[in-house]
Amino acid sequence: MKSVRRRYLAIEIDVARKIEERELKNAVWNAVGRLFGEYGASKTDFALIRYDATENFAVFRCANASVEAFRASLALITEIGQEPVTIHVLGVSGTLKSLKGRYPNVRQ
Amino acid sequence: MKFYDLHLHVPVNDFGLAERMIKKAKWLGYTGIGVPLPPSVSDATLSQLRRLCSNCDVDMATRIDLSPRNPDELLSQLRKYRRRFEIVAVSCRHNPVARQAAKDRRVDLLSFPAEAFRNRCYFDAASAKLSKSGLASLEVDVCQLILATSYDRIHLLAILRRETKMATKFSVPIILSSGAKTENLMHKSQDLAAIAYLFDMPSDYAIRAVSESPSSILGRNRAKLLPSFVAPGIRIIKQGDC
Repeated sequence: MKSVRRRYLAIEIDVARKIEERELKNAVWNAVGRLFGEYGASKTDFALIRYDATENFAVFRCANASVEAFRASLALITEIGQEPVTIHVLGVSGTLKSLKGRYPNVRQ
Repeated sequence: MKFYDLHLHVPVNDFGLAERMIKKAKWLGYTGIGVPLPPSVSDATLSQLRRLCSNCDVDMATRIDLSPRNPDELLSQLRKYRRRFEIVAVSCRHNPVARQAAKDRRVDLLSFPAEAFRNRCYFDAASAKLSKSGLASLEVDVCQLILATSYDRIHLLAILRRETKMATKFSVPIILSSGAKTENLMHKSQDLAAIAYLFDMPSDYAIRAVSESPSSILGRNRAKLLPSFVAPGIRIIKQGDC
């Protein structure tokens, strides 16, 4: 069986207060679900891989074919828990290892 | 690759916020920004803004947003302001204004405000044909889409999809701008291009809309504003007795 090609996105969350992992996950689920519906969200196949609340840094994984859709969903998030927020994609990579080389915050 | 955001609302009366926005634009990877200014902007304010931009190594372009009510008003505003600003954008609220702006070679950007969907004027085939013969590009402010919610966003996406299709059909360049008034609405150029995916804009076209297309508008207009410019293709290279 052919393996699914994936992409890893390193993101920075621009927010005034500390965001809990659950809040981030919910915000992203809501954004993807609102934009693409349950069917579209399932196709993005995204998951939170790493989250560093102190540095407001996270790594998400998604299907290679849905990178643009997932990135658009992240860009449309404007608040988390009534706190204004902006999510910036710092980089996209095919492996976690190469992201780790570029961003020291990515811990194995 | 050089990226430009031609519509960044840097405040002219709050230099602290202006500096933060310019620094953020630099951090987001922009080479240049277009700052909409009021027609009555003073030279002191302008030089202060230019200094802030040069400190951050960001290329600043002056921009004016015209909102005429009819074609005559547009023509008189163009006569008045064209040579004072590097970028002229026309906010098209009525079809006659959109048509006039599309065919006038002094207009750089056509923007269609999304304030009232019901009465919104569209970038239709007639405007696209006229833009093709003129020099105007279609500007899409991404912040409209970010700020819209539920039904408004669905409706706006449908409109943008139609306008993008029309622009690509008639080879009219599209410019993607943030239209940001606060730091929170500022995004990386690649994120703006990703948002364009939502209205079916091809990714290479979207990247061009934040890099090559704005860069070519700036280059063309700056050349025109030089004292040596006479007409397209004609410039003074030496002055003196023949």
